[in-house]
Amino acid sequence: MDICDSSDVLPNLGVRALVNDEQIAIYRVQGQLYAIGSIDPFSGAAVLSRGIVGDVKGQLVVASPIYKQHFNLATGVCLEEPSVRVKSYPVREIAGRVQVLV
Amino acid sequence: MKKQKIVVVGNGMVGHKFIDTLLASSNADQYQIVTIAEEPRLAYDRVQLSAYFSGSTAEDLMLTSETYYQEKGVSYKLNEKVVELKPEENCVVTASGHKETYDQLVLATGSYPFVPPVPGREQPHCLVYRTIEDLEAITASAKQSKVGVVVGGGLLGLEAANALKNLGLETHVVEFAPRLMAVQLDEGGGQVLRSKIEKLGVKVHTEKNTQEIVAGEKCRYRMIFADGNYLETDMILFSAGIRPRDELARKFGLGVGERGGIVINNYCQTTVPNIYAIGECALWSNRIFGLVAPGYQMARVAVSHITGGTEQFLGADMSTKLKLLGVEVASIGDAQARTPGALSYVYQDGINEIYKRLVLSPDGKKLIGAVLVGDSSAYGNLLQICLNHMEVPESPEQLIVPASDGQAATGLGVDALPETATICSCHDVSKGAICCAVRDGATTIGAIKSSTKAGTGCGGCVALATQVMNSELTKLGVDICTDVCEHFSYTRQELYHLVRVGNIRTFEELIEKHGRGLGCDICKPLVASILASCWNELIMKNELAHLQDTNDYFMANMQKSGTYSIVPRVAGGEITPDKLIALGMVGKKYRLYTKITGGQRIDLFGAQLEDLPAIWQELIDAGFETGHAYGKAVRTVKSCVGSTWCRYGVLDSVGMAIAIEERYKGLRAPHKLKFAVSGCTRECAEAQSKDVGVIATENGWSLYVCGNGGMKPRHADLFATGLDDQTLLKYIDRFLMFYVRTADRLQRTSVWMDNLEGGLKYLKSVIIDDKLGVGAELEKEMQMVIDAYQCEWKSTISDPEKLKRFRTFVNSNKRDNTVVFVEEREQIRPANEEEIVRFVEANELETA
Repeated sequence: MDICDSSDVLPNLGVRALVNDEQIAIYRVQGQLYAIGSIDPFSGAAVLSRGIVGDVKGQLVVASPIYKQHFNLATGVCLEEPSVRVKSYPVREIAGRVQVLV
Repeated sequence: MKKQKIVVVGNGMVGHKFIDTLLASSNADQYQIVTIAEEPRLAYDRVQLSAYFSGSTAEDLMLTSETYYQEKGVSYKLNEKVVELKPEENCVVTASGHKETYDQLVLATGSYPFVPPVPGREQPHCLVYRTIEDLEAITASAKQSKVGVVVGGGLLGLEAANALKNLGLETHVVEFAPRLMAVQLDEGGGQVLRSKIEKLGVKVHTEKNTQEIVAGEKCRYRMIFADGNYLETDMILFSAGIRPRDELARKFGLGVGERGGIVINNYCQTTVPNIYAIGECALWSNRIFGLVAPGYQMARVAVSHITGGTEQFLGADMSTKLKLLGVEVASIGDAQARTPGALSYVYQDGINEIYKRLVLSPDGKKLIGAVLVGDSSAYGNLLQICLNHMEVPESPEQLIVPASDGQAATGLGVDALPETATICSCHDVSKGAICCAVRDGATTIGAIKSSTKAGTGCGGCVALATQVMNSELTKLGVDICTDVCEHFSYTRQELYHLVRVGNIRTFEELIEKHGRGLGCDICKPLVASILASCWNELIMKNELAHLQDTNDYFMANMQKSGTYSIVPRVAGGEITPDKLIALGMVGKKYRLYTKITGGQRIDLFGAQLEDLPAIWQELIDAGFETGHAYGKAVRTVKSCVGSTWCRYGVLDSVGMAIAIEERYKGLRAPHKLKFAVSGCTRECAEAQSKDVGVIATENGWSLYVCGNGGMKPRHADLFATGLDDQTLLKYIDRFLMFYVRTADRLQRTSVWMDNLEGGLKYLKSVIIDDKLGVGAELEKEMQMVIDAYQCEWKSTISDPEKLKRFRTFVNSNKRDNTVVFVEEREQIRPANEEEIVRFVEANELETA
């Protein structure tokens, strides 16, 4: 699924995309793109695209702005509660466009 | 092998301590434990009982739980009173007829409050203070009362008086003796304590012997005293000492003392060898010990004896340190100098009402007692000198005289203590044990608490335990870990310094030079805040944007549904009718929920991301600026109407509030900052609950600092008086910048000051006397921040690139369908889960 122009996804700043009825958060960290579900399972609010990205204990993560849990950008698994995860999506960049496989 | 059955009668603090100690012993599995409790709940912290009135619940006070007992195989019966004891049959019988046999019996029945036999004492609203049920009764009675009397001016009586005062009653203390806390204090100490608590509004009546309680004229009751005087009151709390609960022992043939108490030997055995008594019900060497620490000691001795150990109870130190009605009081050893030939040093500070007395042995070499009222900071040090029979310094008065400028406080220091010195008397933890825990890897006070239990009883030794820990850490060459997170091995203060000295302008530069990894949600906003405090560049700048918490990033406050609230600045709380109308129009147009904030502003809730720029365009057109409600920054300056309108106002508080708010608006800091200005000492702006509070007096402005509301409210401290406008601003400039420079992440001004060595006094010396010589520098740095100010929203809406960030979806113009509102009291509110389900179902029906 074609989402947006490459220039729309700035380093370390998430954006949110709507694909069918799914809300997807897309990030660019160290040149690499990542896509996970944007709805924070702890609060039910669609806020993960608005979290701070970084690394914790060697994993690339985003921190939920509501209650601050961390989610692995590649797998969607929550670091604090590994039984909780959000979906993760394959994402790629082709000819200046960002595409997500849903 | 068959397990030995141990029955513990009473599950108070000491009974529980016995069980807990036995469970922790190496052969715990050889015992079957049963405990029978008269109260409806398991052991709770009776020492902290008064916390119940400041918001703690029965739950918070619990020392154990039913689940814990179940896990450990301890059987328990609640609401069961043992009424029969049959030593010859080795069994006890409860009021409900339940029979329990034992191999060893432990009586931990505690004590009951003594109520003097005054006629009329058995009426309603005549209560005692010991159990949670008592507290519930007191709360209920206080609701129907205006005046309350506590009979008894001892330690517990004053605790009870504090409770009544907190419940809003006019509070009196009636004491039979000529002074308060007659057991622990000498006359001088008692007088200072009396004067201090009378200033807090508690009326003290000493040498009063209540003869009768009769119906009152103005209040419910009248207490008639032996000297012919009387006092009217609506409720009476008896707190005139405790009496041991020894009725079982008395009735069933165990040895009891002449004035009560179950006689025990050094192993805590009663006159029947397989029956033990511990805690306040026990009488050792003709003494009752009414404190928790000796009770815990007895519990340990009894466990030791049952499990084949050799520990003995040989009396206990009755020294105490506590805060009564906010007044620090401590008593050590022979406080009243009863030892023949004892020598004394007395220090009295009549202005601050501080009294300290040292009692020395006749040769003047050993400390045998002490009294401290108003300032008990020397307690830990003095207690150690006393208990360890250490020689006092050459001029012993140094131990109680305040340190003069430039001189370190005299004490012997923790290094002088022997390894065997008891640091925590509640849990009998020695200095050696703490050092050992440090060597085993406990490097924070939290870790020390959980591995040794030190500091988890009354909490009085935490400061000393921390000193012991830090000294041991230093000896081991270990740095105390204060790193902000895994990316930077520095404190916030060190990072601040690196940024300023290195003229660092971006996070990338800082982490490359001084850190590792990519950063995280802890260090990124922290560095963003430091960069803003130093250089005050726009937080929306691309290099800085990814460091910001979502609130700072979108310059609004995220609420739980993922929508935002908006708070425009209303400096000093002054707003024109036109601006009010503009706010109303915006609220109406964008369907926002509106509410007045505590900081005299208006909060607009429920804005969706994509609407923020349009809303702000309208607000800016109407003359508003951003209010920084989203940032760890200067928030508001609350004010009363001041001398301009008010009959009592002395100075123009609104004018000053606006000047202050305009000066410091947007200053980023380690935590949010709230200010207030009151126009007279009636203090309608509540300035004494703020980080910076200003109160007008006839001699100029008074400045208060380091107060806060919130989770742990704290009154601000008086910092300076009689200030003109210019000096006031100068002090605030310096104060704020010094805080921004040196505080830890998310540390409010109050905690920051408490952690500064020297506290308020030191802060005054830095700000007022410019002791560090940094005054001019601090003012310059503040001026730089003030000059660089710009409204973040104004700068943002004029930049189309930045506005792109407010798109909800990068690939669609649809709105976020997870945001659902319903109506309540004519405004919107976020739908709850159930309502969202209903909403989605209705939508599906419609589309079907």
